[in-house]
Amino acid sequence: MASVTYDHVVKRYTPETTAVRDFNVEIADKEFMVLVGPSGCGKSTALRMLAGLESITEGQIRIGERVVNNIAAKDRDIAMVFQSYALYPHMSVYDNMAFPLQMKRMPRADIEQRVRQASGILGLDNFLKRKPRALSGGQRQRVALGRAIVRNPQVFLLDEPLSNLDAKLRAQTRIELQKLHRELETTFIYVTHDQVEAMTMGDRIAIMYDGVLQQVGTPDDIYDHPANLFVAGFIGSPTMNFVPVTVQNGTATASGFDVALPKPLDSRKGTLGFRPEALTDRAPNGSGLDMKVDVVERLGSDQFLYGQVGGDTVTARVDPRMKVVPGDRVRLGLDTRSLHFFESETERALL
Amino acid sequence: MTIAHEEVAAPVQIGVAPRILERLGSLPLHVGIIVLTIAWIVPTLGLLVSSFRPLGAFTTSGWWTALSPPFNFTLDNYQHILNTSNLSRSFFNSFMISIPATVIPTTVAAFAAYAFSWMRFWGRDWIFLALVGLLAVPLQVTFIPVLSLFIKWGLSGTFLAVWLAHTGYGLPFAIYLLANFFRALPTDLFESAEIDGAGTLTVFFRIVLPLSVPAIASLVIFQFLWVWNDLLVALVYLGGTPEVAPLTVTLVNLVGSLGQGLQYLTAAAFISMIVPLIVFFSLQRYFVRGILAGSVKG
Repeated sequence: MASVTYDHVVKRYTPETTAVRDFNVEIADKEFMVLVGPSGCGKSTALRMLAGLESITEGQIRIGERVVNNIAAKDRDIAMVFQSYALYPHMSVYDNMAFPLQMKRMPRADIEQRVRQASGILGLDNFLKRKPRALSGGQRQRVALGRAIVRNPQVFLLDEPLSNLDAKLRAQTRIELQKLHRELETTFIYVTHDQVEAMTMGDRIAIMYDGVLQQVGTPDDIYDHPANLFVAGFIGSPTMNFVPVTVQNGTATASGFDVALPKPLDSRKGTLGFRPEALTDRAPNGSGLDMKVDVVERLGSDQFLYGQVGGDTVTARVDPRMKVVPGDRVRLGLDTRSLHFFESETERALL
Repeated sequence: MTIAHEEVAAPVQIGVAPRILERLGSLPLHVGIIVLTIAWIVPTLGLLVSSFRPLGAFTTSGWWTALSPPFNFTLDNYQHILNTSNLSRSFFNSFMISIPATVIPTTVAAFAAYAFSWMRFWGRDWIFLALVGLLAVPLQVTFIPVLSLFIKWGLSGTFLAVWLAHTGYGLPFAIYLLANFFRALPTDLFESAEIDGAGTLTVFFRIVLPLSVPAIASLVIFQFLWVWNDLLVALVYLGGTPEVAPLTVTLVNLVGSLGQGLQYLTAAAFISMIVPLIVFFSLQRYFVRGILAGSVKG
């Protein structure tokens, strides 16, 4: 059990290609931290530097108080679950899980006890003698987890462990991973490109884009107060509405409506952002706007309307019982308490 | 955690018409395989039948005439070669040559191929390139320099000389074959093993070797057959001395320069064929594909 600190970490492959720039994160002991971002954003590289699979160009990575820059992967007291599971195909499930312990020259009885314990937690008791190829995707994934658990590491590293599972199994495993995290009381660092996984599993989320850390915070914090345009667009589904506006005298004017901002800003151009749930038929104190509906999406518990307001495309979330068909014009309220404003040059959030 | 439901693939229904088309599509393949099989079996059968025919029959009529009555088979040829020529001695010699000349290059090549594919060292790619270049060198050009070296060291005419020679001639191809196979193993396995604490040699013995059984088996077959059937290298480095002569050399000596004794050759050739056949059939089950199935991906 230990904290993990990235201190001004840089990964440069050649002078021109930098995968990770000045990365600073402190991950607390027993925390479930999710690194999320689109593919190629450097999140896997950041994880692999911690694992010891990639060298660190600049900066320091510490596990607990120990600087691990020059410590071999096997001595860092970490365990990693790979996207491909990386099970040893010629070994049985038992041997796969026993392998890291055999490498530590642990006595046979202790190995047996630890493997039994892990297989009990993961429900693999009946599969210990099978080879990986005789297992389903979900079972293989659990063997990979088991191989990490038996080592009883200070930090668990998970590199997109769910992306090879089908949707239903993925949702189920997501919950099981959270339970596992609670049972093991160990630091988890989880890399994914899926914002739903990030939002549902992480104690905190670190969002990366183009090698740069964009924002770190709790899921709620990031959802309600995105630091910039990228984060606002990346987190949340359906995505936040972005409408170009001009601000003057505390009022933002878009092509189809204008709205009073809750906080006075200097006159400038920028992007107004609001989530679909802020544009609704249920906003009592919202300022109204007219929407021409193009597409209606009913999900049972929710109803999303996709359409036009003036010249801008927006999404609204309305009561599922509201009867709307494409082509309708509806009057919706905009909840001004959850407006975001991003200035046009830096794309930073000012609101 | 509880056990997740098993994913079971639904059986795919294929209609009758597509099934017939599928059969028709594989028809040329089947015909081709049958033709190839016949092309291999007929001469082998001819050799077998001839080896049981009496002395004169070999030169006067084709072997297929022996398959219709009156039957006239004899064991004379086998008796003759087993009694007169020192066949058992050369049989033993062939094993004394072939087994080390297979084991040594395969072992060396496995280590070398592992280094070429998964270890980083200075000039690795250039050395590998030079090695691949050696594939194109005809072994005949090496006879004079290597033989004079062997004579100087007093190795000429010893088994050690042929072992070394076959190792040298076999290594470039063996390394090339194994390195390509090792390189195709998934990187994740090596990274996972590294985190699990396995050192370079442990990875080699516990992961690379077990996963490479098909490649190593085919290499063993290639190398063994080549050495077993080799005449040229054996003649050059061993000479014609019967004490060290392998089967191939003895076989050649059975036949006179005018073709007399051909019927003995058929019997001896058939005996010498048995070993390669045993080697092939005992190792062929390792050719099963998909030994990697289940290591990565779901």
